[in-house]
Amino acid sequence: MDTALLLLADSRLPAGGHAHSGGLEPAVSAGAVRDVAGLAAFLRGRLATSGLVAASLAAAACAHAARDEADGGADGAGWVVLDAEADARTPSPAQRAASRAQGRSLLRAARSTWPHPALAALPGDAHHPVVLGAATAAARGTPRDAASITAYGAVTGPASAAVRLLGLDPLSVHRALADLARAVDAVADEAAAHATGPWRDLPAASAPVLDLYAELHIRADLRLFES
Amino acid sequence: MGANHDHDPYDASPAHGRALRLGIGGPVGSGKTALTAALCRALREEVDLAVVTNDIYTTEDADFLRREAVLADDRITAVRTGACPHTAIRDDISANLDAVEALQERHPGLELIIVESGGDNLTALFSRGLADRQIFVLDVAGGDDVPRKGGLGVAAADLLVVNKTDLAPLVGSDLDLMARDAARVRDGRPVAFTSLRERPGAPEVTAWVRRILREAAAEHAHDHGHGHGHGHGHGHGHGHGHEQGHEHVPAAS
Ligand SMILES: Nc1nc2c(ncn2[C@@H]2O[C@H](COP(=O)(O)OP(=O)(O)OP(=O)(O)O)[C@@H](O)[C@H]2O)c(=O)[nH]1
Ligand SMILES: [Mg+2]
Repeated sequence: MDTALLLLADSRLPAGGHAHSGGLEPAVSAGAVRDVAGLAAFLRGRLATSGLVAASLAAAACAHAARDEADGGADGAGWVVLDAEADARTPSPAQRAASRAQGRSLLRAARSTWPHPALAALPGDAHHPVVLGAATAAARGTPRDAASITAYGAVTGPASAAVRLLGLDPLSVHRALADLARAVDAVADEAAAHATGPWRDLPAASAPVLDLYAELHIRADLRLFES
Repeated sequence: MGANHDHDPYDASPAHGRALRLGIGGPVGSGKTALTAALCRALREEVDLAVVTNDIYTTEDADFLRREAVLADDRITAVRTGACPHTAIRDDISANLDAVEALQERHPGLELIIVESGGDNLTALFSRGLADRQIFVLDVAGGDDVPRKGGLGVAAADLLVVNKTDLAPLVGSDLDLMARDAARVRDGRPVAFTSLRERPGAPEVTAWVRRILREAAAEHAHDHGHGHGHGHGHGHGHGHGHEQGHEHVPAAS
């Protein structure tokens, strides 16, 4: 596997991810996740819904960036449309804000690490999966790589938040992640299949409870994570 | 928000005309917010400034600063750090950079941005990509052996503040011992003993901040006047030879 892609997938990439729990903190506050088994169930649900949507958006963004580069142009208008597709699949305003905040941080990191015309053309506050797809193209990855890195992040981010919030055994949590590996790969396959199709047909699986949690979280007095 | 940042986003040099960024770190409860408030009160008439707080769990520090009205509300921003205050000032400074950039956009004339870290351990040091200069705040009640234990914050911060000297007699802390131990690991860098209770204006620290602001301004003028890159122009009377903070490699301990 390419080192550039490993760098992009690494949680040590300084792109602001550590301050977001992907809805895990409000799930813990609501008592929905208390242990490793509860975490595994949460991750499975998140992967199948917002994970699939994000991975598909990233795959499409990666394909778009590569096309753009081949055409020798930087299609600012195209990015606005794809970003609107992401918006349409993110009904919670709190989640939109969190996604744009993470997109902004990732864009800063990606621009300084892998200069690329697509990254220069992206709006500064684009959604996170859109930026992640473009960044994958900039790091010379494929739409399948973009989907894979995105689906992987969709489960590893909340898992690491769970270790911090619940004091779970990190070894058990990693075991749970390993058990999810095939499911993550399957989501990446499914997402990559949409990479070059019409954007309006991208998956739109929704997770209403996650939307609700995100809204509750932003109003909570005590919270460690931004989202 | 939509600006393209084609320049080096981790440019730590204030010599480009942007605000000087001052990090304030140190253990929980040592007086970081009280010091930030004191600096705001002392400097706000003469310096265009703003504050970013990194609270652990609440927005208490930002709320305190707003309640005390040390600055206008839109000059105070709270950042959340996901249970990792040291990550947010060192390993992944994204959220703080976003906050700093948003402040700078809202107030283009900013000369000083204070970034208060969440209370953390003795090894927490601000990244030079975030802070041009940094203050580490200890308090005497944390034990007079803390300077001896060293740690990156104590050893390498540009200014070490030992606060709450009013409590020294009550907790039996030996200030001379703390001064000697600090001097041993700090390689000549300054130490200030403060009591924000007894001297709420923190005159020693305020004077130091005025000096680093003057140095940054001189550095800026110098760069512009001669068209040189920075990295020279030492000798502004700083006395310990690391005006360019990012050149300073902290001694590991
Ligand atoms: N006696 C005494 N108390 C002080 C002094 N400076 C601050 N305090 C008090 O110490 C407490 C903690 O001060 P803060 O400024 O909130 O400390 P902090 O470092 O910002 O704390 P965290 O952000 O929670 O890590 C407050 O109750 C202050 O009033 C001082 O010089 N002497
Ligand atoms: Mg504080």
